[in-house]
Amino acid sequence: MSEPESLFDKLWNSHLVQEQSESTPAVIYIDLHLVHEVTSPQGFDLLREKGIGVRRPELTLATLDHSTPTLPANSDGERPYYTKQAKRQVQTLRDNCQEFGIELHDWDSPYRGIVHVMGPELGATQPGMTIVCGDSHTSTHGAFGSLAFGIGTTEVGHVLARQCLLQNKPKSMRINVDGMLPDGVTAKDLALNIIRYLGMNGGTGFVIEYAGEAVRSLDMEGRMTLCNLTIEAGARAGMIAPDETTINYLRGKARVPQGEAFDQAAAKWLQLASDPDAVFDSEIKLEAPAMRPAITYGTDPGMSVDIGEPVPPADSVSHKKALQYMGFQGGQQMSERIVDVVFIGSCTNGRLSDLRAAANVLRGRNIAGHVRMLVVPGSESVRRQAESEGLHDTFSAAGAEWRLPGCSMCLAMNGDLVGPGETAVSTSNRNFEGRQGKGSRTLLASPETAAASAVMGYVAKLSDLEPMEINR
Amino acid sequence: MKAFTKLTGPVLVLEQENIDTDQIIPARFLTATDFDGIGDHLFADWRLDSSGEPKPEHVLNEPRASHSPILVAGHNFGCGSSREHAPHALLGFGFRVVISSQIADIFRSNSQNVGLLPVVLEADQHATLMQMDGEEITVDLEQCKVDVRTADGAEHSWPFTIDPFARHCLLRGLDRFEFLNQAEDAIVSYEENR
Repeated sequence: MSEPESLFDKLWNSHLVQEQSESTPAVIYIDLHLVHEVTSPQGFDLLREKGIGVRRPELTLATLDHSTPTLPANSDGERPYYTKQAKRQVQTLRDNCQEFGIELHDWDSPYRGIVHVMGPELGATQPGMTIVCGDSHTSTHGAFGSLAFGIGTTEVGHVLARQCLLQNKPKSMRINVDGMLPDGVTAKDLALNIIRYLGMNGGTGFVIEYAGEAVRSLDMEGRMTLCNLTIEAGARAGMIAPDETTINYLRGKARVPQGEAFDQAAAKWLQLASDPDAVFDSEIKLEAPAMRPAITYGTDPGMSVDIGEPVPPADSVSHKKALQYMGFQGGQQMSERIVDVVFIGSCTNGRLSDLRAAANVLRGRNIAGHVRMLVVPGSESVRRQAESEGLHDTFSAAGAEWRLPGCSMCLAMNGDLVGPGETAVSTSNRNFEGRQGKGSRTLLASPETAAASAVMGYVAKLSDLEPMEINR
Repeated sequence: MKAFTKLTGPVLVLEQENIDTDQIIPARFLTATDFDGIGDHLFADWRLDSSGEPKPEHVLNEPRASHSPILVAGHNFGCGSSREHAPHALLGFGFRVVISSQIADIFRSNSQNVGLLPVVLEADQHATLMQMDGEEITVDLEQCKVDVRTADGAEHSWPFTIDPFARHCLLRGLDRFEFLNQAEDAIVSYEENR
């Protein structure tokens, strides 16, 4: 009998081009390299500097997402880029993709979107793959049972040039979430609970496998939300073993094998699950039934409370500084906080199920008069499907703005900003100081909580809403 | 990449824990297509006022900041995004070394790739250093140690560990890409069997 292997071991071992030694890192092969405009230009420069091409352009896939405006082009077709430099950055990616023969999902593509939303929709993301991107939320793709993590720009250059990366094998952690999440507790809430438990650095040095009934019960979009947020606990990659849910999501997608070939691939994918006796460097058990909807109050994603609980008292210098920045005091009720902005979107919660969840809350209701609400679909596919269901009308009727796909207000580099001192309830992934604009204060929560807060105008939970009459 | 062997100089202390890459270099400075001049935007939201002028009271704007090549920062430095702009901004500002009791994974590997030395010390050693703002210390990558003389006159030599390959490349200023190039035969053979 061979040694039992974890999902991570299987992925690592099957991609070893050259073993790690005492003095040198392993060389691992990359099956899919996702590229966007922000972290790639200097990577392409490396190719020009060395006078080489992209080794495997067909394993490379590019999109525009971070610097792109979410308002439409004017009548001359001119897009409202935030700065000339942003526009130039997008053009640079276009030029690079043309020069090196890479498929780019540009403005005219029906699939353009946030890189971590688009990859899975196209079926480019598949179980068993190694996937990298110059973006820390690449962990999202681990939802499919792939080894997916963010890399720096130097490494983007390495992968473009050699389709490989130099890596030391990280440690492994398995988080078992037993039992079922209560009704109304979402994948986002599960992730925030896990990050609160681990702390924002508890996963540093590890790759995390999520397992247990609560994880298995999530649909693929929920699994992507969970894996997406893995980096917020410090771990570069999070993963979930492929199962029937994974297979059903992928069947028929553009880039997966079709027909019988798909069934053969699926049979292989199902073999990737960790062996029963697989050993992990760390193993954690959490109870899903005890979890409640969560919201952050501080300046890192680990600083969250169950909605309805007061802000905890400051117990350290950093905690005190965080509360000061956020304008909270220990013991204060979160519901006292007036909300200025609500953002639904991002690679964390910008998928169709997220928009449906928010729309279900808003249908027949209006957002509070003082709230500005942006709804930004994660991709053109999400936008199209949402519009075909009339979700955009629901958002508009409630008083929210329906925008074009992109990263938008999650990191506010495209001009979609939260103002200084303003509070935003956001479905995104980071509540760092100034993340959504200089001086902005971010409260991370699920789409349901964000939408409920938009209606009430303060930090609210679903049950704070007046029940609606049927057929409204 | 500039080689790093040994460096003696004053430390600059930033006490905050969990300093994330959005603080080190806010996202609005990421639209450039090269890293030139990025050091000007290091910690922009802490260091500069709303008109972009340096706040005189901020430690990074003190005249000594530009002569302090060693940054000592609170636990879990560099968490957050994968932007390589973060170590580039620190290098551009004049830092060559970052010391903490924990350094985030992606930031650490990015730093090693661009020639900024990340050093992780034990919690008590780190706590001692955090009290030594402005004091001179020596960081020796050859010997993998940090030499410190504390206020009571005691001399300490604290060993640190670093990935041996990263050390090898930093000591010689080697581009890691060359190592990948040497793996070409292995890559070709992997691709044939893929």
